[in-house]
Amino acid sequence: MADRQRSAPLSWRNKPAAKMSDVVEKTLTALPSLLSLDSQPGSAKLSSSSKLGNLIRGITELTSKHEEEKLIQRELASIKEQVSSPNTTMRQMKELMVRAIYCESLGYEASFSYIHAIKLAQQGTALEKRVGYLAVSLFLNENHELLLLLVNTVLKDLQSTNLIEVCMALTVVSQMFPKDMIPAILPLVEEKLNHPKEIIRRKAVLALYKFYLIAPNQVQHIHNKFRKALCDKDPGVMTASLHIYVQMIQENPEGYKDLTTSFVTILKQVVGGKLPVDFNYHSVPAPWLQIQLLRILSLLGKNDPSTSEIMYEVLDESLQRAEMNHNITYAILFECVKCVYTIHPKSDLLEKAAKCIGNFVLSQKINLKYLGLKALTYVVQQDPKLALQHQMTIIECLDHPDLIIKRETLELLFRITNAQNVMVIVDKMLEFLRVSTDDYTTIDLVGKVAELAEKYAPDNEWFIETMNTVFSVGGDMMQPDIPNCFLKLLSEGFDSVEEDRKLRRFAVDSYVSLLRGEPGKLPQRFLQVISWVLGEYSHLREELEPATVLRLLGKLLDMKQTSSETKTWVLMAMTKLSEGGASVAVAQQVSETYISSMDTVLRQRAQELQHLSQDSELRARVLPRDDGLEPLEVDSSLSFLDGFVSEALAAGAAPYKPPHQRQEELAQAKVLSLEPYGLSLPISMSSCSIADRQSPTLLSISSGLSGDSTELSHKGGSTTLKLDGVKRVWGREGYLAQRESVEEVAQVEVPSPLRSPSQQAEADSSHSQTPTLTPTPEPKQDKQQLASSLFFGLSSQSPMCLMGKPEPTPSRFRGKKKIQGSSPSTIEQTPSSLVSTPSTVDNLLCNDPLDITSEPTVSLSKITSELSPGIITPANGTCDVEANLTGSDVNESNPLLSEDDGLAAADPTPHEDPDRPKDLCLSSHLPAELCGLGHSEITPLCTNQSLDLSACHVQKEDSLVLVIFISNSSAIQQILLDLHSEQLEVSRLSDSPVVDVSSHGVAVYQYSLTVKRPSVHVEVVGIVSYQLCDGTPQTLQFSYRLPLTSFIRPLTVSTEEYGTMWLDFSHDTKQNLTLIGDGEEPLTATLNVLKRKLQLGVVEVIGMEGILACQLLQDQPCLMHCRVHAGALAVWLRSPVPDLPDCLIYHCQRALQVD
Amino acid sequence: MIKFVLMVNRQGQTRLSRYYQPVELSRRAALEADVVRCCLSRRKEQCSFVEYKDFKLVYRQYAALYIVVAVTDAENELSVFELVHNFVEVLDKYFSRIMFNLDRVHVILDEMIQNGHIVETNKSRILAPLTALDKMADS
Repeated sequence: MADRQRSAPLSWRNKPAAKMSDVVEKTLTALPSLLSLDSQPGSAKLSSSSKLGNLIRGITELTSKHEEEKLIQRELASIKEQVSSPNTTMRQMKELMVRAIYCESLGYEASFSYIHAIKLAQQGTALEKRVGYLAVSLFLNENHELLLLLVNTVLKDLQSTNLIEVCMALTVVSQMFPKDMIPAILPLVEEKLNHPKEIIRRKAVLALYKFYLIAPNQVQHIHNKFRKALCDKDPGVMTASLHIYVQMIQENPEGYKDLTTSFVTILKQVVGGKLPVDFNYHSVPAPWLQIQLLRILSLLGKNDPSTSEIMYEVLDESLQRAEMNHNITYAILFECVKCVYTIHPKSDLLEKAAKCIGNFVLSQKINLKYLGLKALTYVVQQDPKLALQHQMTIIECLDHPDLIIKRETLELLFRITNAQNVMVIVDKMLEFLRVSTDDYTTIDLVGKVAELAEKYAPDNEWFIETMNTVFSVGGDMMQPDIPNCFLKLLSEGFDSVEEDRKLRRFAVDSYVSLLRGEPGKLPQRFLQVISWVLGEYSHLREELEPATVLRLLGKLLDMKQTSSETKTWVLMAMTKLSEGGASVAVAQQVSETYISSMDTVLRQRAQELQHLSQDSELRARVLPRDDGLEPLEVDSSLSFLDGFVSEALAAGAAPYKPPHQRQEELAQAKVLSLEPYGLSLPISMSSCSIADRQSPTLLSISSGLSGDSTELSHKGGSTTLKLDGVKRVWGREGYLAQRESVEEVAQVEVPSPLRSPSQQAEADSSHSQTPTLTPTPEPKQDKQQLASSLFFGLSSQSPMCLMGKPEPTPSRFRGKKKIQGSSPSTIEQTPSSLVSTPSTVDNLLCNDPLDITSEPTVSLSKITSELSPGIITPANGTCDVEANLTGSDVNESNPLLSEDDGLAAADPTPHEDPDRPKDLCLSSHLPAELCGLGHSEITPLCTNQSLDLSACHVQKEDSLVLVIFISNSSAIQQILLDLHSEQLEVSRLSDSPVVDVSSHGVAVYQYSLTVKRPSVHVEVVGIVSYQLCDGTPQTLQFSYRLPLTSFIRPLTVSTEEYGTMWLDFSHDTKQNLTLIGDGEEPLTATLNVLKRKLQLGVVEVIGMEGILACQLLQDQPCLMHCRVHAGALAVWLRSPVPDLPDCLIYHCQRALQVD
Repeated sequence: MIKFVLMVNRQGQTRLSRYYQPVELSRRAALEADVVRCCLSRRKEQCSFVEYKDFKLVYRQYAALYIVVAVTDAENELSVFELVHNFVEVLDKYFSRIMFNLDRVHVILDEMIQNGHIVETNKSRILAPLTALDKMADS
């Protein structure tokens, strides 16, 4: 294949050169009048009789939108009348369609003409037909139902003997086609791949590309035809196939590494001018093709040294060839530079690429300068020194009259910001923000400023002032997480208590003075931030009377523009502050005003304010003022209401039923109700978050006062909710985030560069004197100074850290999680079952689940297996059960091949089974990284005089590794191992140690397995081939079978996510299973068995129903809904993967039987 | 990736538009007006690429005619800038003998760009289907 590949493009060389294209650039100024697109009177060429011409002219002469509308409506009415007339010829119809196209392009709908466009494509000939197709593709979107009417026409035209008609049909198919009808035309399109005409083959490839985009599964089987197209003797067909390859390589670069050589060869030939001359553009050979190939190469070479190696030569050539002074060569160069910086680095190429970027940036041509900045922005993270080289140019660009250049420069500076230059860079950004009028830019830049400020702020004053600007400028447009993060940061504080106080005090000072100024000018979001901060921290300023703050806040309530949301924040702040005679008086007055407000939230706040300001003891309990930020202890069982409940019950009140139970009673008739997932969810109430001091901006608990808490079900009634915690009462984000972050602080001791002012000054003076930073001979003094402050810190970076990311600078303010390198989603995605009452168990669970399993004490693992279904516990002795379960799966035809899925290594004591000494000695050959994990029993695969093969598999959290041991007893050589499977994707792990087994050794091969097609049992078949010492080749076959359950991992989803997923999945199966009733609650018992044996994750159990979720390795989810009904467990499984539900139900059955 | 191609006159009136990503008809007029405003307000010596929301505009002026191409950030702006010129050269080559036709310009554009990707840049190949149609009509 590769040979054909290489030879195919070579044939272009022999092709007679097509006619020389006119390289001479024409003056194109005449074009607009030629196209009659000009408003000048020069449009004489346009036929005066052309109705479109008249229309265009008419429109052009109009001055008001209103007149235009009138004219177009008249035109549309006339078109409408004519299209429906039976006397209209196809020729006239074509003309009418063009006018309709024009009207639509001005924004006036002409939907009446859609059906006529389809008719025209059907009945017209030549250009009429083409215009029909054109109109269809312009009028309809891909999901339009009328498109179905086109299928027959396309089908007919594809079979036409007239090539032009075939061409048209293929063109429209590659633009739009109803997904479901692809099978109807696919064979015809495939057939066209062998057509003698290049244009037909090319368009067929483009049609297949379209199919690949809209329905990749439909063209799965013709991947080899794509390869054929890639080797087509015509360069146009080859070029067309690249679109498919870019797409496929993007999705799976690993799968196409073998084509690298082919792409390199093609690029070499193109660069070397082997294509016919008519592919040239201004004497440059097929520039857009070159660009496309370079993109493919960078995708293939990324993070892959050996693949990158293959392309160095051609990249070098491309960098050298592009010397010609033309835009298009620069465009190629730009792509080339990007590629060089994307793939595995090679120093001399990097040097050339850097020089190239330098030429761009220094160019007088503004477009090139822009491209240079863009390239610099792209590479500067890997190579900050490059920015240093061009610092003076960057400074100039910062003052460039063109805002676009300025904006791109800021983007570049954003990437090189560090603790030393942050002040200058943020200053430049704010400067730009003040002149920018574009909302999108403002939102983007404000976010960046906030990020930089949190990351690198040198001191409190600067931080608060910068954030003030962010809030004022960003206003109500900015991303809501900016104020959230800011408040979180302020409340959590950082290293030193004293620093925290200073920061908060400074914020209070700053806000008080802002409120004394013109608060009416501040955006609502900023006012909310101010209110919260003053409410929490104004007590830190002892000389500040609470009453003064209350009055300032009161002013906000009286302003017309203050939103009711902001008023809520103000009232909350007031509640916290109402202390002492004067302030209570103000508070009472305010609460009087709002206690009768129409806004219920405001009314509630006013109530709170009124009550709490009067009862200082209660206020102190509800709103304790402590800086320690102890995580709130929550009595999730609401036991303090016990008395109230029993009293009410005694008085004859009906016992509380949680909503789902009520629902259940209503839906009793139905066997399975799907609705509850959505409906039984607690509504997180935004009201009453007053007690939640820690996470001010998040929704928080529903009040006990409301009495409607589902939590009561914990207490009374049937308590089957052992498996989940308090998450349903607590705003999931609020409470959890709090706990997580507290722990985070405890764990991550970032060496924070807290600097005293004097140190700061020292540093400042030292960097302005650093001599290496001002290498440019004689630029203006101020620019030089700016440069030295901007690029400070870059020079000290390690010379070239191309491979890894530059070291993270310790951040002073540890606001956003992403800054600290931990996944930003940890908070949200932590399984809800991990949030629980603050018992000891819970504290353990709040740690990373994997931490627990790494130190397996018996009691602990019991707890985890009981309480956190989402945790994989390979180390807690589940092996015997597993073994029991799968022991029955032993391949009966070959009793020697014992199939054991048990995770044997879980037990620290090794196997002491005398029958299997080999196992013992082989397990010592297990790769070190797998040793800690449990592995299945090592089973012999095949044996002869020369060698023994054994295998086991290791269940990792995110993968399944098959380990094959080859041990030999006599001298053999050239051992080759080849594995394949119908149901599995087998890939050799690149880091498999290759051990020399030629004499009495053990070689260990590792393969990663993922499921391609689910089946109850999956099998890997393999062939080992080798040569005896006398040269005789030998082969041995073997197979290894393992149950699908080895690939199943729990899936942690929330009930909401489960609900949406459930509705999305199309493959399902239902069955009744036996319940396990060993005295205790049968549902819980059964689910526990499924959880333990099959690694299903329990999402939630409500009453007699439970929902579980799992995934087949690599994101193939399967959801389970089960419900106790008539003594059995009615199970319903759903998944997007065909066959998965069926296979899983089988294993569920087995799991419950064996027990 | 190309999002749309626009041809407008100096007054900002749309002469031709082709979208490669669905945009509702009702939103197009406002979007086009905004896009055109962005480009037309710029001076000759300014950069031909404009950042617009989360994508970029590449524009080129030919006397009173502006051609604007919207591209995603990952696209190579300069190559699109030259693509516009290639397009204009193709139009020039073809229309030197035939009068302007909205439909024909569309047909040419369809040969060059599909689904937001550049599919053909060879001038003679771009024009091949259209010239074949013309021949059919002549005979």
